[in-house]
Amino acid sequence: MWVDIGITVFNVLVAGLFVLSLAGLLTWVERKQSAVMQDRIGANRADLFGWDPKLLRPIRRLGLFHPIADGLKMFLKEDYIPPEANKLLFSLAPFLSLFCGLIAFAVIPFCDKFQVWGKTVSVQVASLDIGVLYIFAALSMGIYGVFLAGYTSKNNWAYLGALRASALMLSSEIAIGVSIIGVVMLYGSMEIGDIVRAQQAGPHDLLFGFLPKWGIVMQPLGFLLFLTAGIAATKRIPFDMPEGESEIIGYFVEYSGMKFGMFMMTDFVETIVVAGLTAALFLGGWHIPYFYPAHTGGWITVLQVLVFMLKVCFLCWFMVLVRWTLPRFRYDQAMRLGWMGLFPLAIANIVVTGIMIVMSNG
Amino acid sequence: MQPRVKLGLLQRTYIPEVLIGLIITARHFFVNLRNHTLRLMGSRSVQPGAVTIQYPEERRPLSPRLRSLHRLTKREDGAPRCVACLMCETVCPARCIYIVPKENPDPHIEKMPARFDIDLGRCVFCGFCVEACPEDAIRMDTGILQFSASSRKDMIYTMDQLLAHKPASSQ
Repeated sequence: MWVDIGITVFNVLVAGLFVLSLAGLLTWVERKQSAVMQDRIGANRADLFGWDPKLLRPIRRLGLFHPIADGLKMFLKEDYIPPEANKLLFSLAPFLSLFCGLIAFAVIPFCDKFQVWGKTVSVQVASLDIGVLYIFAALSMGIYGVFLAGYTSKNNWAYLGALRASALMLSSEIAIGVSIIGVVMLYGSMEIGDIVRAQQAGPHDLLFGFLPKWGIVMQPLGFLLFLTAGIAATKRIPFDMPEGESEIIGYFVEYSGMKFGMFMMTDFVETIVVAGLTAALFLGGWHIPYFYPAHTGGWITVLQVLVFMLKVCFLCWFMVLVRWTLPRFRYDQAMRLGWMGLFPLAIANIVVTGIMIVMSNG
Repeated sequence: MQPRVKLGLLQRTYIPEVLIGLIITARHFFVNLRNHTLRLMGSRSVQPGAVTIQYPEERRPLSPRLRSLHRLTKREDGAPRCVACLMCETVCPARCIYIVPKENPDPHIEKMPARFDIDLGRCVFCGFCVEACPEDAIRMDTGILQFSASSRKDMIYTMDQLLAHKPASSQ
């Protein structure tokens, strides 16, 4: 029993620290990547209260002190609660929002199952048979945090922002859900570890004899729909009309200090969750193409974890690239895209996938 | 108003257009990243990865024609070349020059300034004073672009300060 608890705690630490530290790092990635994309240098001025030793100067020039300065600023700012607001729900909202983003990562596996101390384990917090449904549930729960934030602020602008945010999140969650069903049908499981395992079953299980059966190969339309809806679910540009970073007032207009920081953090955590899901469902999770290890455990497992993390980092990079390339959708355009574009196409994807499964079996 | 452009089916899916945009920005990213890395490793032949000028440490090259902070030129013995003819004070559109003439001890020169103040809070840097001066006594070639003061009074530069300025080429 103690071994089980130890393994679970270890897995929680790995997944939690990975997501949280990557989220903190993403603020830096976002600054620097946007700067490099736009022929700029980017933030490079923050130092440790003027202490600038030669040893730390490369870190300063890369702007790596800026995330620390951000966090410090958030903690030192006044934490203001509007007098009319419902204090309990107002304070609960950012925690709920971040919590729902974080727990979604629990069912995403980092590596294949392996034997340790006579037990079959995997770096995966919870190997749920309904893993995909759990992800839907966790992502949809995020609406509560966002809506509570706007609803309890007693501010009409925040209220309108919350309405926009929930409308956007609903339309994108449904598209996410329906676009994954094709993957579930194809690989015949709801457990994400099983889905990843089925994507590269063996040396002879190749599409047209040379392509690994990854989700992106088998479900290209599903991949496109899922990634688009996933980016919409993170509420970042090009789908940032809930808060509209620069001009619209959003659902967290009344928040200050670290509570505001938690909402910002939620966007980054959701980015990582969507990246992790995309990597697991469509990019073959921990698999390396054409590499079939005879056994798992030891160095193979370490390699698998690293490969999976690399895929997540690549997808995060890609999503930041999208965020700094595309202009924002108008509210009605985002709704039309969600309900008249992604949703019907996802249903068509299910029908076509079903027909193809029947054809290939018969 | 421009007529609305009819989009084709492929354009209305946004997919090719989005892909083209992503390719453009990704190319900028990788080319700049390569240039940054090469320059960090000491290569000076590649062009810089960013167009940024790191302002307080780096300065833009100034054109020699640029009109910057004024300076009063000196004679060989260190006295101001100014003969207090008041041409610059007269031509100044901002009325920011204030000269008090006095008699010059040199019998060959009639006058010299007792005071020569320029109110830089009012100066518009038109350069008329430099053009009007018959003695080449005032120039705007110090290359000093940033000067500030915490009061209006401190923005008035006196003759001693203006005489102390050096031309940009000598610095």
